[in-house]
Amino acid sequence: MLNRRNFLTAAVGVAAAGGLAACAKEDEGGSSSSDGNGGGKKITLGFAQVGSESGWRTANTKSVKAAAKDAGYTLKFSDAQQKQENQISAIRSYIAQKVNVIAFSPVVVTGWDAVLKEAKTAKIPVILTDRSIETSDDSLYVSFIGSDFTDEGRRAGKMLETVLEKAGHKGAVKIAQLEGTTGAAPALERAKGFKEIMDADHKDDWKIVVSQTGDFTRAGGKQVMAAFLQSNPDINVLYAHNDDMALGAIQSIEAAGKKAGKDILIISVDGVKDGFVAMSEGKINGIVECNPLLGPQLMELVKKVNDGETVERRIKTKEGDFLQEQAKDALPTRKY
Amino acid sequence: MTTTPRWRALTHHHLFWPVAVLVILLLVNVPFTPDFFAIKMTDGHLYGSLVSIVLFGSPLILVAVGMTLVIATGGIDLSVGAVVAITGALTCSYISDQADQSALSGVFLALGIGLAAAIVCGLWNGFLVARMGIQPIIATLIIMVAGRGVAQLITDGQIITVNSEPYKLIGGGYWLTLPFSIFIVAAVVAVTVAITRRTALGLLVESVGGNAEASRLVGIRSMRIKIMVYVFCALCAGIAGLMISSNTSAADGNNAGLWIELDAILAVVIGGTSLLGGRFSIGGTVVGALVIQTLTTTIYTIGVPTQTNLVFKAAVVIIVCLMQSPKFRAKVFGAKFGGKRAAVPAPAETAPAAEASPKMEVS
Repeated sequence: MLNRRNFLTAAVGVAAAGGLAACAKEDEGGSSSSDGNGGGKKITLGFAQVGSESGWRTANTKSVKAAAKDAGYTLKFSDAQQKQENQISAIRSYIAQKVNVIAFSPVVVTGWDAVLKEAKTAKIPVILTDRSIETSDDSLYVSFIGSDFTDEGRRAGKMLETVLEKAGHKGAVKIAQLEGTTGAAPALERAKGFKEIMDADHKDDWKIVVSQTGDFTRAGGKQVMAAFLQSNPDINVLYAHNDDMALGAIQSIEAAGKKAGKDILIISVDGVKDGFVAMSEGKINGIVECNPLLGPQLMELVKKVNDGETVERRIKTKEGDFLQEQAKDALPTRKY
Repeated sequence: MTTTPRWRALTHHHLFWPVAVLVILLLVNVPFTPDFFAIKMTDGHLYGSLVSIVLFGSPLILVAVGMTLVIATGGIDLSVGAVVAITGALTCSYISDQADQSALSGVFLALGIGLAAAIVCGLWNGFLVARMGIQPIIATLIIMVAGRGVAQLITDGQIITVNSEPYKLIGGGYWLTLPFSIFIVAAVVAVTVAITRRTALGLLVESVGGNAEASRLVGIRSMRIKIMVYVFCALCAGIAGLMISSNTSAADGNNAGLWIELDAILAVVIGGTSLLGGRFSIGGTVVGALVIQTLTTTIYTIGVPTQTNLVFKAAVVIIVCLMQSPKFRAKVFGAKFGGKRAAVPAPAETAPAAEASPKMEVS
């Protein structure tokens, strides 16, 4: 069924694109919203997405696509399937096509200097979305819009304090950490932010006893957690770098005959719908939201950059923290 | 050790080295997890590290068994990971569209649809390889690349979550206190061994792998045999796809079965099947797959830092492959352990007792 729906969406998309083109040519009759931009040249945005590794990412993609359409920009979109080389070649092709602005979510943190220098030489401004990069030359990109992962890690640490207090937890806090994909910014920074809080306020009572990558996937989270529970049966807190890994881990915790959310308190990051479902069932104790719906903010930024205005180097997306009490109320509003 | 000839026969058995590696890997865990071998009852089912290894290793065993037959014909199937993703995606998206996700009829139909898609993929691979004469590595690369896209199209790029108790049984449920997937794997392995070793089929597969043209000339329909093994391989991958998606009750078009083709090929090689074709060992493959899964679990339990995971894995795989090489063993441990395989069928009694002075410390 989904298959057909997809096909229909694609067909409608093609038809709509054809219709718009026709409107632009005829130039008369009904004034569609895209005509509003008529005066200047239409902005072309090249967007290189990481892939579609999770529901979060799909929501992010949809938001960007919808916002570009609403703003009347031409969007050239590519999906890198989690491979840096794909993303680099996508960016190269955007440079060759002379798009106005390039935006991308880097797969990994390093290794972007060469291709971004090419963009700079071609005078195409680059915006980073959602994930940051490490570079020796800050002029290679104009702005970074997205969540602050280090801050998310800190928020998760603070949230754990609240959750522990509410659960009336006493004694040592033995934390298992499920890391994201090794080398990816969200994995590194969510671990870093969490550790900051731990080192600052809980040097003696909190301890990360095991930490391993679950690759941001449910299957990964499940398998790694199963091994954790064998090697360290006394774990009482799980900090997962995303909801999907937490959801997988919950299954392993239950298979081990323990209660997720009670015997093992769970904090995760993201806030996808399935995560909220699990939280409303009491299986996750707290979720630090990482908002993927940054499309409209991005388009605003693209316009400013294209007009040559100076923009802030760091723009944060709007996000919240959720505990179990809020889960039921927030659930219907979750779009992804 | 007085039973020298027997010991000699043992070390020369084709399963000796894979099993030895498996045992060593399992033992490595003990200092880190003292009750590693403990199995206890939890919630009416057995629970323990060994159970986890078999449970999480089941899909890999299935894929590797299918891969073994393909490799025995001198081919290779890179598309299994994509087939895993497609099967899981189709089945889960069908189930999630049902009003009653736990209805048996709906689940069975969904399984049928998923496995039918897998068979179609296998037929396509077999057609390209056998009929069109395309190199297997290229022919199966097509579905490897395109198939994952198809899976994502089916799931709409989302992770589809299903709430179906009967479906959950396949890869995540328990039956007679054991993970249900063990029974599926046992059945598939038993059937495969039966039809390849109790009938002439296994011999035919090996002869096609040894020399397809000569086999054809003696009257073996090598084309049919080839198509058959690709279909069988895809079917195994399809069942593995059901297991993987059932295990987490979710279809993830992007990550399900990612790189499983490489693990499967590795499992086949560790199990002693030659990549050149013409010879295969299903038992070896099963042990090979268990070695890989145990290695993965070991990495998690002994706390190898995430950044060095892959290096650690690579190092172990290199050691395993070297240990299996008779030439390497001959160089390092002397002729005793590196003895030529050709010498094995010779009457063991004639082996000079002095030469076979027992050396138990097999590192």
